[in-house]
Amino acid sequence: MLLNQFLLLAAILFCIGVYGVIARRNAVMVLMSVELILNAVNINLVAFGQLHDVTFGHVFALFVIAVAAAEVGVGLALVIMIYRNKRSVDLDQVDLMKG
Amino acid sequence: MIATLLSQFNMLAVESGGPVLESSGWLLENVWLIPLIPAISFVLIILFGKKAPKEGAEIGMVSIIAVLVLSFLTMTQWMSARDQAVPTTDGEAAVAVLDQAVGGSGEQAAAGDSVDDGAGETAQSFEAAVDAEGGESGQYLPVVRDTDWWSVGALTITVGTMVDGLTVMMLVTVGLVSTLVHLFSLEYVKGDTRFTHYYAFLSLFTSAMLLYVVSSSLLQMLVAWELVGLCSFVLIGHWWEEKANTDASMKAFLTNRVGDIGLLVGVTILIVTLGTSDVLEINRLALNGGTSHLVLLVASCCLMAAVASKSGQFPLHTWLPDAMAGPTPVSALIHAATMVVAGVFLIARLYPVFWEGLSIGTSSINLMAVMGGFTTIMAGALAFVQRDIKKVLAYSTVSQLGYMVMALGVGAWTAGVFHLFTHAFFKACLFLGAGALSHACHHSFDMKAEMGGLRKKMPLTFWTFILGTGALAGVPPLAGFWSKDELLAGAWAGQEQGYPIIFIMGCIIAFLTAAYMTRVIWLVFFGEYRGHDHPHDPPLVMALPLLVLSALAVIAGFFNLPHTGPFKNLPDNIAERFLHYVEPTYFEAFPVVKHSGFITWIALLSIGLGLLAIFTTSMYYKKCVALGVTELPNGLTKRNKLFAAGYKFLENKYYLDHLYTGIIAGGTKGVIARATNWFNSNVLDGIVNGAGRSAVAGGRWTYKNIDQGVVDAVVKGSGTGSSGVGQLLRGIQTGKVQQYGALLFAGVTVLAAVFIVVV
Amino acid sequence: MENEFLTDWGLTLLVFAPLIGAAIMAAIPRESEGSHKMVALATTLVTAAIGIWLFVDFDYDRAGDLQFVQDRSWIDLIDSRYIVGLDGLSLPLIALTLFIVPLVIIYSWNHIPEPGNPKAFLMLILILHTGMLGSFVAQDLILFFVFFEVVLLPMYFMIGVWGGPERQYASIKFFLYTLFGSALMIISFLALYFLSDTGLVPAALAETTTLGEHTFDMRALPAAVSGIASGTALWIFGGMFMGFGIKVPMFPFHTWLPDAHTQAPTQGSVILAAVLLKLGTYGFVRIAIPILPGAAMSWAPWIGGLAVIGIIYGALGCLAQTDMKRLIAFSSVAHMGYVMLGIATLTELGINAAVFGMVAHGLITGMLFFVAGSIKERYHTLEIRRLGGLLKQAPKMGWILGMCTMASLGLPGLAGFWGEFPAIMSAYNPAEGLNVELFRFYMVVAALGTVLAAGYLLWLYQRTTFGTPSEEFEDDPNIHDLGGPEMVAWVPILIAIVLFGVLPGLILDVTDPAISGLLAASLGG
Repeated sequence: MLLNQFLLLAAILFCIGVYGVIARRNAVMVLMSVELILNAVNINLVAFGQLHDVTFGHVFALFVIAVAAAEVGVGLALVIMIYRNKRSVDLDQVDLMKG
Repeated sequence: MIATLLSQFNMLAVESGGPVLESSGWLLENVWLIPLIPAISFVLIILFGKKAPKEGAEIGMVSIIAVLVLSFLTMTQWMSARDQAVPTTDGEAAVAVLDQAVGGSGEQAAAGDSVDDGAGETAQSFEAAVDAEGGESGQYLPVVRDTDWWSVGALTITVGTMVDGLTVMMLVTVGLVSTLVHLFSLEYVKGDTRFTHYYAFLSLFTSAMLLYVVSSSLLQMLVAWELVGLCSFVLIGHWWEEKANTDASMKAFLTNRVGDIGLLVGVTILIVTLGTSDVLEINRLALNGGTSHLVLLVASCCLMAAVASKSGQFPLHTWLPDAMAGPTPVSALIHAATMVVAGVFLIARLYPVFWEGLSIGTSSINLMAVMGGFTTIMAGALAFVQRDIKKVLAYSTVSQLGYMVMALGVGAWTAGVFHLFTHAFFKACLFLGAGALSHACHHSFDMKAEMGGLRKKMPLTFWTFILGTGALAGVPPLAGFWSKDELLAGAWAGQEQGYPIIFIMGCIIAFLTAAYMTRVIWLVFFGEYRGHDHPHDPPLVMALPLLVLSALAVIAGFFNLPHTGPFKNLPDNIAERFLHYVEPTYFEAFPVVKHSGFITWIALLSIGLGLLAIFTTSMYYKKCVALGVTELPNGLTKRNKLFAAGYKFLENKYYLDHLYTGIIAGGTKGVIARATNWFNSNVLDGIVNGAGRSAVAGGRWTYKNIDQGVVDAVVKGSGTGSSGVGQLLRGIQTGKVQQYGALLFAGVTVLAAVFIVVV
Repeated sequence: MENEFLTDWGLTLLVFAPLIGAAIMAAIPRESEGSHKMVALATTLVTAAIGIWLFVDFDYDRAGDLQFVQDRSWIDLIDSRYIVGLDGLSLPLIALTLFIVPLVIIYSWNHIPEPGNPKAFLMLILILHTGMLGSFVAQDLILFFVFFEVVLLPMYFMIGVWGGPERQYASIKFFLYTLFGSALMIISFLALYFLSDTGLVPAALAETTTLGEHTFDMRALPAAVSGIASGTALWIFGGMFMGFGIKVPMFPFHTWLPDAHTQAPTQGSVILAAVLLKLGTYGFVRIAIPILPGAAMSWAPWIGGLAVIGIIYGALGCLAQTDMKRLIAFSSVAHMGYVMLGIATLTELGINAAVFGMVAHGLITGMLFFVAGSIKERYHTLEIRRLGGLLKQAPKMGWILGMCTMASLGLPGLAGFWGEFPAIMSAYNPAEGLNVELFRFYMVVAALGTVLAAGYLLWLYQRTTFGTPSEEFEDDPNIHDLGGPEMVAWVPILIAIVLFGVLPGLILDVTDPAISGLLAASLGG
């Protein structure tokens, strides 16, 4: 069945995304990696939707795309703010959450 | 003044034996008014005293005079009611008149009653009267009027008034002494920074003491008992700037608290086992097998502890001499005449409980008699070694209180109570005399350093003091002789058996008392003046109380002249008046005590002992005066001279000389008294102080080692534990988003693995 | 009882009126301190007025029955209902709360502790007020628990924000300790719920309410859990014992109290001593004993034992203290020992004495903390060694302290005595089935405690009040006698102390029917 390939693709994309999120120091790259993770999810949603012949998967995928767009907007705004304050987008220097 | 007038009026009433005022029982029913007046006065003085022209003293004076007048009216009403009840024949007779007297006033009370629910109030006296009418003859009932105070379940605590001879006697005594002390203080405390406060607390004390003596309920007595203790505390510590004074007041309060353990437990036992708080009912049940002997024994032993603390009995007497730190009139009122006899009054009031509990009627020795007897000798001996005149009087008070307790312990109820009565007057007289002396001598009480030779300089004080001393020493025909003699006879005769040991103790103290008082007289009034002031007799307001009290010290004894032996032919309305009016005759709730009557040889013995003591002591001090010293260097030649001057009858000069001055006086004065004093200040006081100190040490140790060390450590430990874990976890909170992400992912991975493995 | 509005809504209004006040205050800006004080005072006065209205309408001849009962569904899922009611047992404690809180607010008029912010401070007091009132009227275990916990938080903040230098430690200790007890308590409540069988409830009672299969209804529980095995009941009682015992506090669970009291602001100390501690003893009387009388019987000797240990131990602790406030706090341990001794006898007299003791202790110790607070304000220290001569510098205050000391050591004629003496009395004859000798021994020990009490209180009084002022404070212009708000706040308490001392029947007549009802239903019946 075709499903396995889709899932494999999604898993690879997800792993790349996770790697990016954890390992990249550039905030923009991290945001892009998050997009990859989301798209991995989208692929899964659509694939399962197709498999079970229901529309939920597609609907949710569309939702995710819409939310991801918003998320990228907010995320980039944050990155810009960080850049303005720190003159850098290196995430290692951003540890404001340390208690 | 009014006080003297009233005392004459009192005399008149007693002598004629008949009612002066028209007979009415109104006050007997409404005796609560008497304590209420000084209570109101207390509040008024506290609120407005400072602004009053006489700084509050006038409020106190007015209220105390009102109390005195009402007390005398109560007394006459009681006496007329009592006389109507008993025909003039020898035997006791029925009380047919009583329910008229009480009934009439009862209606009056119910009609005019606006205080609270009048429904059940007078019921008891009615019922009792009806009972008595139908029952035994010759019973004259206390007038009880009470109402419910509070109730829980089956237990109802009442509050009210109970008037009988004992109450009336105490009302008059307290009223009289308190009035005179109020008067005396006008001058004595004049100019004191806390003059107003002083009068306020005199009023409060008077109120509490009167409340105590009119109480119909045991719990009410307990309340008043503690309130008088509070006033004593406040007044001893009147000059609280000095630590010594506050120490004394604390000692008084705490020692009394120790005795109060006994009171709390004893009252609890009586109320809970007998199911009532009514004194009359408790007495009735105690006498008629309402509970087991063991319960009564335990209860009376507990109550004896309370008596020991309040009335200065061994071993809880140590506070009383220290209490002399208070102003002298306070000592006269509280620590001689009234408050300290509260314990004696407690015994007299609950006599059936003690009678049954300690088997007074059937034994020849019991706790109460022994406690009283031991106290009286111990304190009498101590009185010898004091330099401070107030301390001598304080130990004398302890000794005399022991006498009263002893009398009650041998079953001589009337003798004990009568001695309370006479003692109040002559001891107050002596204390106020001491106050007058110190007022004249630099405010000092030191007999050896500041006094001497005052006989000429202060004649009035001297003569009143002599009368008081004579009464205390039992010189006939002064007051103390009659009461003391009755007491000794009572101890000899006993009830079913005599109390020979107690009798001997009584004889010893008769001797000692006369001796130490003679010493005081010599030291203070004879020889050369040793101070540096210009002593003179006190002004009128202070002299008047002295005169009244010394007059009472002379005549108080005649109120209970004996009716047997040489006095057989005295008219009925003169002899045994005190016995007639004061001793309860309600045999449902009072044991039938045997009266010893007058025993001539005992009277002669006590007179002889007293005179002997006065004589030997005088001899000793006469020499001192001749040498101009206060203590005789004990040389052999002087002993011979002493003998030559005084003891012509005695053959063996040296031996008797030695016996009287060396062994008896010197030994008493030296070894025994010093040992007692040592025991007193080191062992007894030491135990008290040591207990306090070790309690603090124990508290500190417990606090340090157990509370902070163990109990608190466990609590703290759990806190430290959780914060340690917190420290560990804190390390991973770096604030780096990526690290969080990595952890999150790792967590998810682990969970996923678990999920897969499990599912 | 004709007034329908009162019957239906009176208690609810009473309980939540302070919250309304707090809501109003929330709307007022922080800066207008005067209006905050006015609103807070008005709220408490209105609450008190509602209370008085209820008390007037209360049928004292039926003081044993719950009145003004309101029974509405609340959390149907667990059969927990909103049930409130007032009887003779709650009434004195509610009256105490309604009496103390306005006085605390009056006292706050010029005594807002550091760091200021009257808005938050007074709002917390109002929230506390609701919690305390609610606890005393709740007739459903969950409802009770909620109110019981509502009390915790404001107090935590009061200590933690407005407290002394060690406030953080003290507030956390207070919070955690009490919460620990509450945790065990709620477990017991849940156990009662699951083990209850509403089939056992008498029909007459069951008709008046809506019962599910299980119930949290305090009125129905005694019957509903009568079938529990005695071993289980012992454990359940144990849980409640921890919850209430820590709150009381009983030896050896008392160590939070001195710290909390010492660090708390005066107002906090007063409320803590006057009302909060009573939640624990009230819990015993209202919940633990009536619901599980059998287990109470088995626990009673231990409770009594801990109570008398507490009496002696608290007194010894007092003797070792050097800080006035800490001494008063320790004395609470001793005084609550008398209350617990009364409860442990399981007799009518004992429990009545306990309720009286709660009210008396509330008034007296509350008053002592007021005075201590005012001394602290003037001298900036409460170290007994450094104080002295208060009677010289502030005579009225010295007198008031003297009166409170006397009341606290149980002088007859003042309220403290009637909490102490009847408790001792009740121990002479404990409930049938308890070891008489043991309780008589407790009685003697408790009586001994009165001497120690006199000892430490007089010692405190002598050191702080008698004598002459020490050099450092001799000419301190800061030391003055009573101010206006102090006078207004204190005089009513002093009057109450004397009034109840002279007429103990005022309280006992109200509590007695309720307590005899509770006991008859569980122990006697």
